[in-house]
Amino acid sequence: MIVRIMGEGQIDIAPADLDVLNALDAELEAAIEAGEEEAFRVRLHALLDKVRHVGKALPDDSLESSELILPPADASMDEVREMLGNEGLIPG
Amino acid sequence: MSVMKRLSLIFRSKANNALDKMEDPRETLDYSYQRQLELLQKVRRGVADVATSRKRVELQINQIEAQARKLEEQGRKALGVGREDLAREALSRRGSLQTQIADLRVQHDNLQAEEEKLTTASHRLQAKVDSFRTKKETIKATYTAAEAQTRINEAFSGISEEMGDVGLAIQRAEDKTASMQARAGAIDELLASGALDDFSGQRGDDIQAELDRMGGGNDVELEIARMKAELGQGSAPQGAITPGPAQPQQQPQQPQQQQPQSNQTQQLRQPGEGL
Repeated sequence: MIVRIMGEGQIDIAPADLDVLNALDAELEAAIEAGEEEAFRVRLHALLDKVRHVGKALPDDSLESSELILPPADASMDEVREMLGNEGLIPG
Repeated sequence: MSVMKRLSLIFRSKANNALDKMEDPRETLDYSYQRQLELLQKVRRGVADVATSRKRVELQINQIEAQARKLEEQGRKALGVGREDLAREALSRRGSLQTQIADLRVQHDNLQAEEEKLTTASHRLQAKVDSFRTKKETIKATYTAAEAQTRINEAFSGISEEMGDVGLAIQRAEDKTASMQARAGAIDELLASGALDDFSGQRGDDIQAELDRMGGGNDVELEIARMKAELGQGSAPQGAITPGPAQPQQQPQQPQQQQPQSNQTQQLRQPGEGL
């Protein structure tokens, strides 16, 4: 399964690793809903680190679309909220 | 799966919307390729903008560092002539400059990180655009319209996702650079107008002025003592002494701007007054 970390590129993840990523993703969402910036940052980084750790980067010239997309590491919680809530913000 | 899934759905629906607008598959390919090239240009311009900002901040750091060194030198001089008060003043001004330097260094590092990110993104996008161009030509040459549409959709969604990502990265870099440029511009203006001097340098110059004055004063006293000894006089005739020869020789940078010409000699004997 292909995952994109925005600003970093695409990574291929084995299906076996998906459960732990989903758990981390659920925690990230909870932090966004609770409006806890600090928790959001910690969990976003935990999730991104995990993806980078278990995945394998796709070559630059691949043209595949991603199953899952993750916000960039330096995104603020408000930015992610906007990305999720307002499609108009994502160009392209 | 929510955050990851939702983001990918948003990207995908963007790509689909763009695809739906096109009727002829070849039009889709060519139009998309055109937009990719445009985005590539934009990313390269973005890299250049960030690099310019970074260099500007570097220049500012150098300028402020030079001023800080000057203040330190003045502090040392002041201590050398026993003016601890002046030395303290010089060092405290240097301290505030160092805070500014530290802040600029943080900005510099941020810009550098941004520059690296955009450079990587531009390489990745370039590779994908090249790959898309190859694919585009193959699709155009080999397949029937119906088959082409499926393959176009595949290629298109991959590149369109990348374009969305890079587009957003450029936008964020522009926002960040804009706020940093505003701050850098403010510092440039301060440096140019001398207001930063005022807060560091020019008031630093009144430290220099006082140091010069003290040095000048001592020379005058010495000269007078020497002359007195030569003349064998007990007391000096008033107003008759010209400090002329000794002054330009030993103190080339005397503080003209604050000294009324007429009573130069008197002024020079009064360190620490008249400001």
